[in-house]
Formats: sequence, C-alpha cells, structure tokens
Amino acid sequence: MIIEIENLTKRFGDFVAVDSVNFSIQEGEVLGLLGPNGAGKTTTLHMLATLLKPTSGTAVVNGYDISKESALVRKSIGIVFQEPSSDDLLTGYENLKLHALLYGVPSSVRKKRIEEVLRLVDLTDRRGDLVKHYSGGMRRRLEIARGLLHNPKILFLDEPTLGLDPQTREHIWGYIERLVEEQRISIVITTHYMEEADRLCDRIAIIDHGKIVVLDSPESLKRALGGDIIRLEIKQPDLDALKKLDYVKKVDARDATLSLTVIDARSHLQEVLAVVGRVESVELHPPSLEDVFLNYTGREFREQEAEGGFWERAMTMRARK
Amino acid sequence: MSELSGLYALWEREFRIFLRERSRIVSSAINPLLWLFVFGGGLGSQVSVGNLNYQTFIYPGVVVMTVLFSSIFYGAYVVWDKRLDFLKEVLVAPISRVTIFLGKVLGGVTDGLIQATILLLFAPIFGITYGLNLTLVYAFLFILVIGLVSVGLVIGSMMESPEGFGLIISFVNFPLFFLSGALYPLSNLPTWLTIFTAANPVSYGVDAIRALMLGTHTFGIFVDFVVLLMFALLMIAIGSLAFKRMKL
Repeated sequence: MIIEIENLTKRFGDFVAVDSVNFSIQEGEVLGLLGPNGAGKTTTLHMLATLLKPTSGTAVVNGYDISKESALVRKSIGIVFQEPSSDDLLTGYENLKLHALLYGVPSSVRKKRIEEVLRLVDLTDRRGDLVKHYSGGMRRRLEIARGLLHNPKILFLDEPTLGLDPQTREHIWGYIERLVEEQRISIVITTHYMEEADRLCDRIAIIDHGKIVVLDSPESLKRALGGDIIRLEIKQPDLDALKKLDYVKKVDARDATLSLTVIDARSHLQEVLAVVGRVESVELHPPSLEDVFLNYTGREFREQEAEGGFWERAMTMRARK
Repeated sequence: MSELSGLYALWEREFRIFLRERSRIVSSAINPLLWLFVFGGGLGSQVSVGNLNYQTFIYPGVVVMTVLFSSIFYGAYVVWDKRLDFLKEVLVAPISRVTIFLGKVLGGVTDGLIQATILLLFAPIFGITYGLNLTLVYAFLFILVIGLVSVGLVIGSMMESPEGFGLIISFVNFPLFFLSGALYPLSNLPTWLTIFTAANPVSYGVDAIRALMLGTHTFGIFVDFVVLLMFALLMIAIGSLAFKRMKL
C-alpha cells in the first residue's frame, strides 16, 4: 500500500469537512475521489500533502506518517493544485528550475529531468515563454510536469480539468493516460466530473459530506446496481403496479421524474410502460456513475461548474500589478 | 541541502521578476528625485542646516526613504503570492518556513540595494563624494533593509488582499519616515518628538548614513550599528514566526 488512511478527520469549527475517512491506495493505482463541491475532496488531499493538519486520525504516505514526517512525505509526492500555482512572470523553464531547486533535485540530473518532463507534456518548444502567455491548458500541463519533476512516488491531481473547455479537457486526459503508461506512479485524482473519473480511474471513492460512501472500480460500482436505468417523466406514476414487477429492482421517485433500476431493461420496457401510467418521456441507458451516486446518496449529483474555476483565477491574475 | 538550493531559488525568482518589471525600478527612482530636486531645492533656497545646504542635508535621508518605502512595500509580493496560489507551491515544498522567509528577505534586500544604488549615482550633484565610506554605507543600508523588508513581510503574511496591505502600510511608512530625521536634524526637538524619533529604528539608519556621507550625527555610528543590528535580528525572528503561522 502506497497510502493508508486511518480515521482521517478534519473539522473547521463546527463543520466536519472530512469525517473519519478510511481507505488505502495500491502502488501504481489511479484512484479517484469523486464528489460534489464541498464534499471534502480537496481537504483530504491537502491533509495527505501535509498542507493541513488533521484534527484526528492519520495517514501513512509512502511509508511516512503525515503528522510526524512531513518533509519525507513532501519529497514522496507531487501535487497539481486546483488553482494555477505557477509564477506567470517566469518562463515555463524557470518555473521548473525553481521547483527542482526547492526539492533538492541534484544539479547533475536537473537539466535532463526538466527536458524529460517538458517532453512528456509537449511543452519543449514553449519552455522559454513567460507563463502569462500560456493558455489555461498549457499552464495545467506545465504544472503536471512540475509535479513529476522530482520523481515522486505519488501524484495528486486536484480537479485537473476544472474550468477547461471540453477539447482541452480531452487533451489533459490524454496526457494523464500517457503518464500512467510511461511513468511508474500512483495517482490520486479529485474530480466532480463523472466522465473524468470513469475514464481515468482504476478505482473510485465516492465522497459526500466528508464521508466515503463507497469505493470500488467503476465497472463494479455500475454492475452492483444490478440492472439498467429507465428514466421516466411522469406526473402520476402507478407505484403499486411497479412494485409487483419482480425485475424492477429499485424505484426512485422525485418530482416528476421516476428512475427505475431494471434487470434486462430492453425486453421489459414495454411491460413497464403498460402499467406505469401516462408517460411524457422515456430514457433507457446502462447505469452511469451518476446513477451510482444517486443510488448511494439518494441525491442527484449536480455538476456545479464555475465556483473557483481555474480559468477565472487565471484571468484575475493577469490583473496583477 | 535542499534548504540552501531552495533559498537560492527563492532569491533568484524575486530577482528575475524585479529585473523584468522595469517600470518598478524607474518609478521607484522618480519619487526620491522629486524630493531632492523639488522639495530640497525649493526649501534649500531659504534654509540651510548648520553649514550644509538643505538639499545636501536631506540627501542621506532621501536615500533611506527610498529603501524604507520600497522595503515595506515589498511585503505586497507575499500577498500576491497568496493571490496567485504560487505560495502553495512553495509551502508544499520540503523546505522550512524559515528558509522561505529568508529567501523572501534576500530578494527584498537585493531590490532595495539596487534602488539605493540608482540614487547614489546622483550623489555628486549634491556635492557628496565618498571614498571608502561607500562600503560602510552599503553595510548599514544592508542591515537596515533586512529589518524593514521583514516588517513588510510580516504585514504581508497577515493580509489577504493587496488593497488592505496598501492601506496598512501607509500608516507604517509615513510615521517611520517623518519621525526619522530624514528631513530635519534630531537635535533640539521638543521632548515628545524626541521620544518618538529615538524609538524609531529608521532614525538610526538616517543617522548612520548621514554620518558616513556628511560627517554630522546625533547618536553616533556605533550606537546606530548596535540598534540597527538588534532591529534586524528581532525582525528576522518575528518574521520567521509569522511565516510559520501563515495559513494558506
């Protein structure tokens, strides 16, 4: 186990941001912390990176205790923060050199290592440009390269594609996948994008209100729902009739939307429609992480975009001085 | 090992940014020159201090004013580092907070001494010539700037917004400047004013630089040295503590 977390808890006054979290991460694994904004993902990450002291509980990262051996933990990890944290008045290369010196990368390998990570994120030809002339996606790539520079055992990515446009997001995913292939490294990603977690992660921990709700591979999580999803818009559903159908595993009614988990939904769709009442629209799909989240938390997963977005931060920074 | 290379890295970053922002260097030179030529020239046509022309008399004071304002203002860059989230990158690195503080101090000291140098180039215009004393002038400025930069950094470490920082430092800069004897001799002042000027570390900086350049002094250069050194050491201690307590 490269990371083992035991009863990790963080309180801010009365507010419990992270509530007795337990899990472990295997070497070489990509683990996703998936949850809505404010679920406690970043707080967990900051505790693992020794930027925040836990209120109680602890974690061992690469064999080092986060409370007692913070310097050794810090050398073992690389972190890409949610907000852009490179200096925009330095060039890409200078930002990397600064990082190498801060982490004591020996001068004999420094240049070579900087070239390597620049190549990995395709920024070699832009290395001499000031970071303020970089796009949001390039800046993210630079910071991923920076996180890898000192050969960490674990890379933390905090909302790696927050606030980026879909095309750039696709790009960043490509780089992360390449990274997993080429570097022997464990990765922890926090995200509130279902698609991102689904695509990149070996295992996903769904986190809500500071607690890990469930942790498993995306496939198992979806399979565990035990059927496909039929979603109906309907004003007055006949719930009693539905309950008599034994292939309907789960009924979830809210407002005018009815979500059914149905075994072999395709062949049973007609029968369901026949008994449920007057339906305004029908949607049938294999279970998604969205449905998994709904199943375990009883709530819809609302994707809140803007709050503290990467790009807005990047824009306000231009106003510096 | 990474403490030392980290210290160097932090200094180098500040230095590069300073050189990249030429407007900062130019604007920092213009204000003191206004003081010297306009204020000093205007008042100097009527006033002299002892046998010294007023313009010549305030020259050392204006040099100290330049490093005072630029050093305190330098604390704003901590606030900016917080705003930019660059501070996170530094705080998560495996180096101590004391090193981070000292790296910032070194950057500020370099900025301050470069700005002082620009002003020192104008010295011959005001009839000031120095020989060996120049080394001592720099030595005293160095110690003074360490203390003042630390004051700026302590304030910066506690502030969240650049606007708030700007507001606070105007309440720090002007009392330190007006109570330092930069613009008037400290002898024969009313008692209440003497108390304030004697408690102001900047007074000792002005006194030392004036003694080295013009040969007149109030406290004497040895007293100046001891007071400034204690001020610098105290501020380094307070600054290290402030950086240790600084939250993201």
